[in-house]
Amino acid sequence: MYEFNFNRPASIADALTAIADADDGQFMAGGQTMIPVLKQRLAMPSDVVELANIDDLKGIAVDGGTVTIGAMTPHSEVHNSLEVADAIPALADLAGMIGDPHVRNRGTIGGSVANNDPAADYPAAVVGLGATVVTDRREIAGDDFFVDLFETALVEGELITAVRFPLPDKAAYMKFPNPASRYAIVGVFVSQSNGDVRVAVTGAGPCVFREVAMETALAADFSADAVAGISVSGDDFNNDIHASAEYRAHLVTVMAKRAVIKAG
Amino acid sequence: MPSVSMTVNGNAVGGDIEARTLLVDFIREHLRLTGTHVGCDTSQCGACVVHVDGTSVKSCTMLALQAEGCQVETIESLADGDTLHPMQEAFREHHGLQCGFCTPGMVMTAVAMAKENPNLTESDVRHGLEGNFCRCTGYQNIVESIIAGAKAMQG
Ligand SMILES: Cc1cc2nc3c(=O)[nH]c(=O)nc-3n(C[C@H](O)[C@H](O)[C@H](O)COP(=O)(O)OP(=O)(O)OC[C@H]3O[C@@H](n4cnc5c(N)ncnc54)[C@H](O)[C@@H]3O)c2cc1C
Ligand code: FES
Ligand code: FES
Repeated sequence: MYEFNFNRPASIADALTAIADADDGQFMAGGQTMIPVLKQRLAMPSDVVELANIDDLKGIAVDGGTVTIGAMTPHSEVHNSLEVADAIPALADLAGMIGDPHVRNRGTIGGSVANNDPAADYPAAVVGLGATVVTDRREIAGDDFFVDLFETALVEGELITAVRFPLPDKAAYMKFPNPASRYAIVGVFVSQSNGDVRVAVTGAGPCVFREVAMETALAADFSADAVAGISVSGDDFNNDIHASAEYRAHLVTVMAKRAVIKAG
Repeated sequence: MPSVSMTVNGNAVGGDIEARTLLVDFIREHLRLTGTHVGCDTSQCGACVVHVDGTSVKSCTMLALQAEGCQVETIESLADGDTLHPMQEAFREHHGLQCGFCTPGMVMTAVAMAKENPNLTESDVRHGLEGNFCRCTGYQNIVESIIAGAKAMQG
């Protein structure tokens, strides 16, 4: 790891100033992706602006129709939150499937969506629920946020402050985890809200995407049988030591069926 | 160089360190507490698990500066002189180790698990060990040790 300047601002305004003043600054949340990346010298920021002391980025608020999760809220807090379990059980469930207990104690929702790892779980919930990513300067619809492999709609120096999820009528997430890292080889998030169905797939392609054929089928008949016959093409899927593209394509249908059954 | 201060195993410690110093390196190299191990370079094995403000973390995936002002507990905090902590005793009793390299992380993970849920089931334990790798035991005796240790911690 190369040396850097370490900043720990106590407010959003100070964090934005620190990033703007740096030659090549980078925000750090829990470091659960960034520290491994720094160790491999794949990144060499001049300044690391760590967000752990900013209270405005923390916590969970449930009001009426939405659950808002502060960017610096760790996965373990979302998983253990009775409010989240009550409002969107699928979200609490998903948070508990991320990595392992130690990663969940440090990794955050803001870091996870900003990073946009092709195998990350939260992007499936953001797209699968039609959530909104809130930043220091604007609100970005989940559908527009995840652009490509490790690429998001964020511009340089833009800070995620929270993610806001609308409450679905029902929803569920199922994933096939890599046995070593627990990252999703394929994960599928399904939701239904006022007849509107979303099916978001992570792990399979360069970044999360909606599986439209399954959405249409489930809108007509929300049952596992409705998706069982839909096979997706693996042409643009990831093909690596963990799984072939064909296997991932097969898993999309299997995980979609299981998620529909789990959603009830 | 930035300076850091924290409490490790009840003692106030600190010093000037490079910003890039990992918590595990601060613990092992600066404090010479070598019970905490480093088993990988990929944040996966859990040999380095310590408690920071009561929660388990991988100390190889945290900067020492991120533990500023925190209460850190390492494996050395558990035994009371020659008397082992009940979880350590359970690992000995149930042969929960072979080479012992993963053991500090296993025991620290187990203690965190047992504090959160004293009535651990086998499935809770196996799920809770997803971030801790053992290359020797096949996990069976580790799981038995943790269930027994969690009971002993209550009594
Ligand atoms: C062993 C292991 C297993 C894992 N398994 C899984 C898994 O199964 N599923 C899964 O989804 N994830 C998994 N992860 C990743 C984990 O979920 C982390 O949440 C994720 O890596 C982000 O970490 P972090 O929040 O600490 O962000 P960091 O690592 O600190 O930051 C990640 C990136 O986001 C940027 N960033 C952070 N916060 C903000 C913000 N508020 N605004 C703008 N940019 C920001 C940073 O600059 C950096 O580029 C795993 C990680 C490890 C080490
Ligand atoms: S040394 Fe920390 S996870 Fe392997
Ligand atoms: S006892 Fe050898 S690695 Fe676990």
